[in-house]
Amino acid sequence: MRFGVIRFPGSCDDVDAQLAASRVGEAVLLWHADRGLQDVDAVIVPGGFSYGDYLRVGAIARFAPVMEDVIAFAREGGPVLGICNGFQVLCEAGLLPGALLPNDHLRFRCRQVEVEVLNADTVFTRACEEGERLSIPCKHTTGRYWAPDHQLDALESGGQLVLRYAPGENPNGSARDIAGVCNEAGNVMGLMPHPEHAVDELCGASADGLKLFASAAVAHA
Amino acid sequence: MRARVLIRPKAGILDPQGIAVERALPALGFSGVSNVHVGRLVELDVEDAAQLDDMCRRLLANPLIEDYELVAGEPVAHGA
Repeated sequence: MRFGVIRFPGSCDDVDAQLAASRVGEAVLLWHADRGLQDVDAVIVPGGFSYGDYLRVGAIARFAPVMEDVIAFAREGGPVLGICNGFQVLCEAGLLPGALLPNDHLRFRCRQVEVEVLNADTVFTRACEEGERLSIPCKHTTGRYWAPDHQLDALESGGQLVLRYAPGENPNGSARDIAGVCNEAGNVMGLMPHPEHAVDELCGASADGLKLFASAAVAHA
Repeated sequence: MRARVLIRPKAGILDPQGIAVERALPALGFSGVSNVHVGRLVELDVEDAAQLDDMCRRLLANPLIEDYELVAGEPVAHGA
């Protein structure tokens, strides 16, 4: 299993994502201005502030040269995981529904959150149980998931709501406590919390985040 | 031509920046202020104003969450 982690100018969680993915496979960094995905089996779009978050979060990164390949890869069914800023980029790219808006309280929020797995049948949640709770840190200012109500209804009935903040845990005012969504096919997923920061109990509150990376490896095997 | 694009959060979507500003004004003694929204202004010189709408939809605004308004301005002298 070979993961490719995109590195944009302004990415800051690319190395942690690479280290996390290295726990379950091989992981290489893919530079934003290069073309081609170096034969990776899955792509991770990491957290950070790609292109300085100029204009609108994810808006400019979405047009980076490498994103053309990521979009084509995703459309062919390739697994793509967007974390935090990566989630914002995938929404801007039209690979995921909805958008991320400034937190309702306008503050940067950095803390451990509990999320519930609503759909354990996606490429990145296969190693989880439905209803399982994961403890993963979040750290963002622009993490309020939003989509029109009719679209939220469709996502909910279609199993595209993958992760939900546990009751009382919503850190940003996200609609319906949504923490992570996937596309219709289930191969593209985005979430605001950072699973790559929760892969070792030695330096985190849990290693629950590893399950998302392990899921991709299970799916690949 | 000099163009201006006004971008604002779509009506009905919570606009915490607008709310924060709306709450700050009375603290300075201004009363009777409501319905405050904070958006963005993009100013640009364009040779072909017909492309502006496409620019807005593809990059300058996210039509899912934002409304945009084009304000065409004065002609700009190019290649001076």
